[in-house]
Amino acid sequence: MSGQTELTGKMAASPKEWLAPVARRAEVLVIPLAALLAGFAIFSIFLLLQGKSPTEFFSLVYRAGFGTSFSWQNTLSRTAPLLFAGLCVALPARLGLVVIGGEGAIVLGGVATGALGAVMLGSSGYVALPLMALAGVVVGGLWIGLVGAMRYYRGVNETIASLLMAYIAIAVMNHLVEGPLRDPSNPNKPSTLGLTDGLRIGDIPGWNVHWGLAAGLVCCVLTWVLIERTTWGFAARITGGNIRAAQVQGLPVGRLILGFTALGGAFAGLAGFFEVTAVHGSANSSLAAGFGYTGILIAFLARHNALAIIPVAILLAGFEASSGLIQRRMDLPDATMLVLQGMVFIAILLSDTAYGRFKIFAPERWKSA
Amino acid sequence: MPMKPLSRRGFLNGTAAAVGAASLGTLPFQAQADGHGLTVGFIYVGPRDDFGYNQAHAEGAAAVAMMDGVTVVEEENVAETVDVQNAMESMINFDGASLIFPTSFGYFDPHILEVAPNYPDVRFQHAAGLWSADLHPMNVGSYFGYIGMGQYLNGITAGHATTSKKLGFVAAIPIPQVLLNINSFLLGARQVDPEITCQVIFTGSWSNAVREAEATNALADAGCDVITCHVDGPKVVIETAAGRGSYVCGYHADQTSLAPELYLTGAEWNWANVYTSMVQTAMDGGSIPNFVRGGLSEDFIKMSPLGPAVSDASRAQFEATKAEILAGGFAAIRGPLMSNTGTEILSAGEALVETDIALESMDYLVEGVIGSTS
Repeated sequence: MSGQTELTGKMAASPKEWLAPVARRAEVLVIPLAALLAGFAIFSIFLLLQGKSPTEFFSLVYRAGFGTSFSWQNTLSRTAPLLFAGLCVALPARLGLVVIGGEGAIVLGGVATGALGAVMLGSSGYVALPLMALAGVVVGGLWIGLVGAMRYYRGVNETIASLLMAYIAIAVMNHLVEGPLRDPSNPNKPSTLGLTDGLRIGDIPGWNVHWGLAAGLVCCVLTWVLIERTTWGFAARITGGNIRAAQVQGLPVGRLILGFTALGGAFAGLAGFFEVTAVHGSANSSLAAGFGYTGILIAFLARHNALAIIPVAILLAGFEASSGLIQRRMDLPDATMLVLQGMVFIAILLSDTAYGRFKIFAPERWKSA
Repeated sequence: MPMKPLSRRGFLNGTAAAVGAASLGTLPFQAQADGHGLTVGFIYVGPRDDFGYNQAHAEGAAAVAMMDGVTVVEEENVAETVDVQNAMESMINFDGASLIFPTSFGYFDPHILEVAPNYPDVRFQHAAGLWSADLHPMNVGSYFGYIGMGQYLNGITAGHATTSKKLGFVAAIPIPQVLLNINSFLLGARQVDPEITCQVIFTGSWSNAVREAEATNALADAGCDVITCHVDGPKVVIETAAGRGSYVCGYHADQTSLAPELYLTGAEWNWANVYTSMVQTAMDGGSIPNFVRGGLSEDFIKMSPLGPAVSDASRAQFEATKAEILAGGFAAIRGPLMSNTGTEILSAGEALVETDIALESMDYLVEGVIGSTS
């Protein structure tokens, strides 16, 4: 804190112009990081109450999530669906909509991919894969777009609707893979027909991580550009800030809601596409793996900023990658990671009240010190 | 609540930190093998204490952990996604595991098949009869048990216990192994009284506590007074059925403690025997066969101790049939036999013994089972 006094002292004498914007922007980085550390601290108390060592816990998390090249591979291979799932929550959130049913779009996007793949088994991957991706994107987009449409036209609560629709999506998937789309040669695990090698997405050369990661990163960057650097994004941010004001200004609120929810769903559908083509090789019940729900946590931790989703998704993937080693070495149950995630989530939500309360981040208030 | 954009500079700093961490990450692996002995990994799809499928495997793992010179590492709640691939590799890289039992059916294709070729010195043993010499790597193996015979014996105790002549079966999904269990349960009961019927409800998933409870209540409402199941964790079915006053037969593991008065018996896996013998083979430097199966006589499966509600007549028939099965060549599925849709399955004199490969493509429910496969 001595730095702060020194800083404000100098400020009063000769304001360094370059410092002001840095300080202003540092707020959005420092507060979430402090909240993250606070979450870790509360979790450490929980560990101590259990008679376990927090030092050992966090060193194991580092080791298994980020400490070796295998750890990075483990972490990054889990990251791709989380990026897409995070975007599915973050995009509608910029309009003030809390959509938590991305799981449904992932599942149905995967089924659409698998179903189209099953009828294109003889085709070249160059023809079939883009069409399969399109199928996943369209179905996922329609699914969450429907949530947006119900919200805009009928006033149906988008949070409840999207959550309940996720259960419907899983039921639809089970019906399809156990019925009309079922591969008759695989009696034990109901799945769509297995994709031929030409219709599979491979790994990024030199890594044991599939191309979904690269696609996810690109989508995050594009989304960030859309929201922060285009008039559409600007209109969306205004709508999210105050929907009445946006309507009074004549902004196309309806089209924004439909477009952003559909785009979020399209990203989730893309997650399903990569799960089917890069991981499973067919669509089956393994698609409902809970990525959509982890995506909620990621988007909130990233404060719905598409670029921030990248490090947050990697961090949470690292937590999940280390869950196994934690179980094995510390004899802690599988739910430990959920407890940690929950505590971090609460700390981040509470940290919202901290914005604008610290003078150090507000250059215009420095002189009064 | 306004959304604050992340600063460009902050993002660059974060990226630099990540790159730094990544370059640190290229240090060589430090496998934590003890330097002697064998490290064996077990991976479960659900919780280890589910009173069912996963607990049965975990009891086997516990028996292996008692062996000298063996270290057991375990992981529960591992999804059938890239999650299990990473769990297997993590056990190999961090714990030095050289024998791994990924126990869930869905782990095999594509996950084990994806990982196994990269680790030729590690043995992957999968709990289902899926391995085939033509298609799959030699460091992968399959093992499974003829647990349908256990459901047949369950059926005999159920046939004696029922007064309504209606049995209930809560089943996960209509795949061959589940259908064989349902059919065996009814056919066992019909050895006692050919009038008995069995109503089946499929829940559509291996683990869905809410629907399992609903199905059990629906069966009890329909007058079923002995209920059994084939789902991953039978706890909900057993407790709900016993709460409604129905007798229960167990599955996967021993559920006596959940319904001490109403539990008749149960069809259990005996993985302790299977796993300790496989691990012993590996320790002795032998090779575990790629394809292993067994039933009651090979100690792959066992029956729960008979409960207090089992009558003397029931006990006598149970023991006699068990002795017949142990003698070998026993067929629960034998002609004349019709399906419940009226097609002939087997004519008089035909029989499918427990080892018959035709049982593994079963797609019918036998006459007397109330329910549909689709």
